Amino acid sequence: MEYVSPEGLRLDGRRPMEMRQLRAELGAVSRADGSAVFEMGNTKVIAAVYGPREVQNRSQQINDKALIRCEYTMANFSTGDRLRRPKGDRRSTEISLVIRQTMEACIMTHLMPRSQIDIFVQVLQADGGTRSACINAATLALADAGIPMCDLVTSCSAGYLNSTPLLDLNYVEDSAGGPDVTVGILPKLDKVTLLQMDAKLPMDIFENVMQLATEGCKAVANYIREVLLENTKQLENRRGV
Amino acid sequence: MRGMELSLNHTQKLRLQRALESLESFSSATNSNASVTVADSIPVNQEDGVLKGHGTTDLDGEVVATVCGVIERVNKLVYVRTLRARYKPEVGDIIVGRVLEVAPKRWRLEINFSQDAVLMLSSMNLPDGIQRRRTAVDELNMRSIFEENDVVCAEVRDFMRDGSLQLQARSQKYGKLEKGQMLTISPYLVKRRKQHFHHLEQYGIDLILGCNGFIWVGEHVEIKDDMIEDEPTPTKPDAKSNKSQISQSLEEQEQTYTPLETRENICRIANAIRVLSTLGFSITLDVILEIVDLSTKKGLDIHEMLGAEFCVLVAEKEAERRSSSTQKKR
Repeated sequence: MEYVSPEGLRLDGRRPMEMRQLRAELGAVSRADGSAVFEMGNTKVIAAVYGPREVQNRSQQINDKALIRCEYTMANFSTGDRLRRPKGDRRSTEISLVIRQTMEACIMTHLMPRSQIDIFVQVLQADGGTRSACINAATLALADAGIPMCDLVTSCSAGYLNSTPLLDLNYVEDSAGGPDVTVGILPKLDKVTLLQMDAKLPMDIFENVMQLATEGCKAVANYIREVLLENTKQLENRRGV
Repeated sequence: MRGMELSLNHTQKLRLQRALESLESFSSATNSNASVTVADSIPVNQEDGVLKGHGTTDLDGEVVATVCGVIERVNKLVYVRTLRARYKPEVGDIIVGRVLEVAPKRWRLEINFSQDAVLMLSSMNLPDGIQRRRTAVDELNMRSIFEENDVVCAEVRDFMRDGSLQLQARSQKYGKLEKGQMLTISPYLVKRRKQHFHHLEQYGIDLILGCNGFIWVGEHVEIKDDMIEDEPTPTKPDAKSNKSQISQSLEEQEQTYTPLETRENICRIANAIRVLSTLGFSITLDVILEIVDLSTKKGLDIHEMLGAEFCVLVAEKEAERRSSSTQKKR
């Protein structure tokens, strides 16, 4: 199947280096300390952060750091077929662990000892790149909750089909069987916190694909920064003097 | 907007937008430059030795923000003030909390902080008012003072070594709060003032604006002076705890009955605070009273105060108020 037409257009009309449209909204869950809805094209994800609050399970309390817990779920209606997914299935557990480790790298946990931060991420619509969208949504929600972080974490995926590196794969391109590289970076510090790939790639092509994904991450970071700044200004203006 | 599950029709949307835009124009231009997000570098004069305060960190010699907020500078101290974060306690703050647990010689309270606060039995006045050492009997009767889910008003005494708060409730104005409602709002909307206890005579209501974002609106309770002891105090705390379990007799029920008008006033004030917090305006006594007056002038029912129309009216009123105060300044 042709994933990149001879004119250089993909199945949804994008260019190979083009990302899907981003949209972010803060404060979707009013009960949570911080929450965000993040959309990358048709993939829509909601994240809610509770904390820092008292550790619920005393035995897990860490004396000098905050405990970070993360849970990733997909809503029943998120995929094409309404699937009844068991909550602890392997993919969800793996992605929960991945998101937790990624966020733990950037949250300044030593500032909040003996407390707990819960991150709940749920996929409302899945169209490829759910992992990346979840990490971006979690970053927004953490910033909304006022939890100190050393840098924003942004993530984007890229693949390699029809001998072209493609940025931000959607579901059809993802299920084509080609490699899918997910990268998570700290844009200001220019460090990589997440790197996953699920196929084989020769080294030089891998470098290209990873470079493409990193640039996608930086674009997401600019957008997130704008959204957060706008939100901060709005809150400060409303509050008045 | 956060927490606003209202459906506004087209004209209401336009009016609200216009009111909010005029609000934004009144806030001075200096404010907008001071907002930062995570990992923004803060402009700092490198020659003066700056002290990096909360919400900042050092990255290769430049000062970088770790939270989203507004930069504040006090002499050499630079810090970032967060907006929607949890409560940041300071010694001497008046707070309102809810009892979570009765533990040996202390109560644990939930106060919207990263850990639960502790109120020691020794930091609490005993019911008979005598200053004495707390015995084992006092410890067994802790439940007669506060139980789980009671609302308590206290003051921050100091920080414990593990970072949690220790509270004290030694004065008569602190203690258990009854006959009213507790509201939860974001702590940044409550500013630290000299007075947090307000007695609204015309409504007969006590209003306590806790610095942690928990607000108490309740029927006015006369504060008994510690010095004056003219009523015989109950000598047996056990009898008192037994009484609370049995249903109250008719006279006691009559004594504790809150008249309908007071209850309506409590609800009106509480709804005013709810509307203000949904819109994100800071909560002070004058603003609350203005909003309550606005609702009575317009003849709105109490439940209509949570509707779309009143929300838009409040936004317009606030825009007016701020425009008049900026004009007064000039």
